[in-house]
Amino acid sequence: MHGQGFFFQAFVYLAAAVVAVPIAKRLGLGSVLGYLIAGMVIGPFGLGLIGEEGEDVMHFAEFGVVMMLFLIGLELRPALLWRMRGPILGTGGLQVGVTTAILTAIGMLFGLPWQTSLAVGMTLALSSTAIVLQTLNEKNLMGTDAGQSSFAVLLFQDIAVIPMLALMPLLAVHSGQGTAADGYGSEAAKHATTWVEGLPPWEQTLVVLLAVAAIVLAGRYLLRPVFRVIASTRLRELFTAAALLLIIGIALLMTQVGLSPALGTFVAGVVLANSEYRHELESEIDPFKGLLLAVFFIAVGASVDFQLIQDRPQLILGIVGGLMLVKFTVLFVLGRAFKMGLDQNFLFAFALAQSGEFAFVLFSFASQNSVIPNDITAPLIAAVAVSMALTPVLMLINEKLIQPRSGTRESVEREPDEIHTTSAVIIAGFGRFGSIVGRFLRANGVRPTVLEYDSDRVELLRKLGLDVFYGDASRKELLEAAGAQDARLLVVAMENHSRVLALIETAQKHFPNLVILARAAGRPEAYELQDLGVDHVYRETLDTSLRTGMDALRLLGRRAHQTYRSARTFRVHDEESVRDLGKMRHDRKAYFSAARERIQSLEELLLTEVEGPVEERDAGWDTDTLRQEFGSGAG
Amino acid sequence: MNDAANRILVLFAHPALEKSRVNRVLIEGLADLRGVTLHDLYEAYPDFGIDVGREQRLLLDHDIIVFHHPMFWYSTPAILKEWQDLVLAHGWAYGSDGTALLGKRWLHAITTGAREVAYAAGGHNEYTVRELLRPLEQTARLCSMEFLPPFAVHGTLGMRPDEIRAHAADYRRLLVALRDGQLDLERARAVNRLNAELDSIIGRREA
Repeated sequence: MHGQGFFFQAFVYLAAAVVAVPIAKRLGLGSVLGYLIAGMVIGPFGLGLIGEEGEDVMHFAEFGVVMMLFLIGLELRPALLWRMRGPILGTGGLQVGVTTAILTAIGMLFGLPWQTSLAVGMTLALSSTAIVLQTLNEKNLMGTDAGQSSFAVLLFQDIAVIPMLALMPLLAVHSGQGTAADGYGSEAAKHATTWVEGLPPWEQTLVVLLAVAAIVLAGRYLLRPVFRVIASTRLRELFTAAALLLIIGIALLMTQVGLSPALGTFVAGVVLANSEYRHELESEIDPFKGLLLAVFFIAVGASVDFQLIQDRPQLILGIVGGLMLVKFTVLFVLGRAFKMGLDQNFLFAFALAQSGEFAFVLFSFASQNSVIPNDITAPLIAAVAVSMALTPVLMLINEKLIQPRSGTRESVEREPDEIHTTSAVIIAGFGRFGSIVGRFLRANGVRPTVLEYDSDRVELLRKLGLDVFYGDASRKELLEAAGAQDARLLVVAMENHSRVLALIETAQKHFPNLVILARAAGRPEAYELQDLGVDHVYRETLDTSLRTGMDALRLLGRRAHQTYRSARTFRVHDEESVRDLGKMRHDRKAYFSAARERIQSLEELLLTEVEGPVEERDAGWDTDTLRQEFGSGAG
Repeated sequence: MNDAANRILVLFAHPALEKSRVNRVLIEGLADLRGVTLHDLYEAYPDFGIDVGREQRLLLDHDIIVFHHPMFWYSTPAILKEWQDLVLAHGWAYGSDGTALLGKRWLHAITTGAREVAYAAGGHNEYTVRELLRPLEQTARLCSMEFLPPFAVHGTLGMRPDEIRAHAADYRRLLVALRDGQLDLERARAVNRLNAELDSIIGRREA
């Protein structure tokens, strides 16, 4: 049934997703559960549309997790990470430590050597970043107490994988190669020998540390110049290619030194979080991540080994039950200790009670390093898959049955500002025009988020300490990454008019919350912006030209105040006429060429000025009538 | 002038409302008042570019004009002076043909930093607020308008929040009474400031 090639597989996966997810969402089950069920249905124990190769697909799709961690890293500037150190180290550290200790003790009770028990314990202590974050995001719960704490714990777990992986080789109980376990997320690594193979454990650990240091240094000093060069070509697909190349390159390096690619890319993400390319990278990688994660969830669903469950039901279900009970209890007690509200505590404990995708990696790594024998990892991996599949179900039960009874329901409206630091104003285009707007806002204590497409300019501005990000602002993803859903104003100050129009259409369609202030080169552009329904349109030369005219009048000997008032009146009239002519324009015969139209507008403009003098008489200061009434009294 | 529903225009002038404690609370209480138009001059004309036509239309549309402002150098903030200079034009507001404002009423809602004792003979400021407003009283007269004693809130510098709220309630009460024609004009004309004896001047129908 399977093996008909790539397109057939792609068809099966995509069809399963497209059919199952809308149904799951309609039933209120969430997309993750939808994908998992789709996987079970098409998997070897369901319709059998995908068979053994499902596992290969899962390893491939784990790359989605790699990308997700890269994106999480991008969101976490080192300073933000530092601010979250309390919950990360406190809650996260205790969760991993206590859970590992209890699970290790249970393993030893069952007669496993302490090394094996410890390896199993710490592996199972980790939860599933993919499932938890995806589910919390989808339910819009990331901003809650429970969401924040879950994120902190997951982050600690992601970091804890580094020492765990480094520790694994040291825990080897029996010499002799394990089965040829593949590296995490890399097909290639399956067949290639890694650089660290055969090295003594302490040297392996050293190589691992060196690799991480290399990523940090490269991210700091090498990547930004490289991205600048690529960005200066202004070929969007080249930037996409470079972003993917970066992630795949890190994945390969990490696999070579026997480390999880997810960690490598997470570190790279954090290093790049302060860079101007952050938003653009986010929006480039995000669709790939989403698609791969979907495939990953389907593959996890397909990999649930119903055969093994059927053969040894007590064992598997016992492991799943015990595992989730231990994790739930530890989480719940921690939540209490950190004074979480009851409903938040339930959410927190249910969300993180599974074991995660790291288990697949760590178990293969452990058996590769002869820490855990294969006959133990097989049922454990099955149990992990079941626990992952159960998570969305448990969260649904929590939401529908437990939350309504726990009473202290906390509103989910709290700002998720630990992760997102958004600004009220987004300025698109920071050239001659936008930079003045931006400087003025900053001078008044408003820090705008700036999007700019000229990489050289971005570099310069960042040196001056501005929050400038590289990217094409007319893309929905980039606007989203810049916080458009929370911002209030969008200042459109780009020079390229067609990109201005594209940006405004995107913003109006996806972010109707934004009030748009748009720059226009001249009248024709202003008309088009008005047609789009932009209320705040600024012709870039109007005010400067008027100031020049004012100075010219003053140099001719006119008084300053009257000149000023006259210019103000002129501006008001002029803007009114743009509004009116913009509307009238549509009544004209369609065959007017754009050039004709421009000449015609100018004619109309000049005519109105001749007919109606711009300068209004200020009746209050005008003494003509007073002189008429009272001035002749003496005579 | 005994109509039960006078339309009131509040011409509000405060150049730094963001720093104001008292005036902000005073105007907050007016937001929902039927028949009262609040016109924030510094917000409408940040560069003093007063739209004379619009201002004159507003005056014509209302029966009672309240100049609401803090006391600056024994007078109004600058924009209100500019407003008088431009809006109260000869041939419209005064002069032989200037009858547009005939019979309308003019009063000030005014705040002072110093206490009332400072606004009295022998005090720091020697004159009462009502006396200091003489040039404006005469402006009203020249425009054929009736000048009423001011609603004056003294001592804003050290004012407690509960006192501010009490003044805001008085202000609202006064404007409601003016709107509904329930102010005893006879008594009102005789007092130094309207809020000194609010109870005794509200509640009776005008004579």
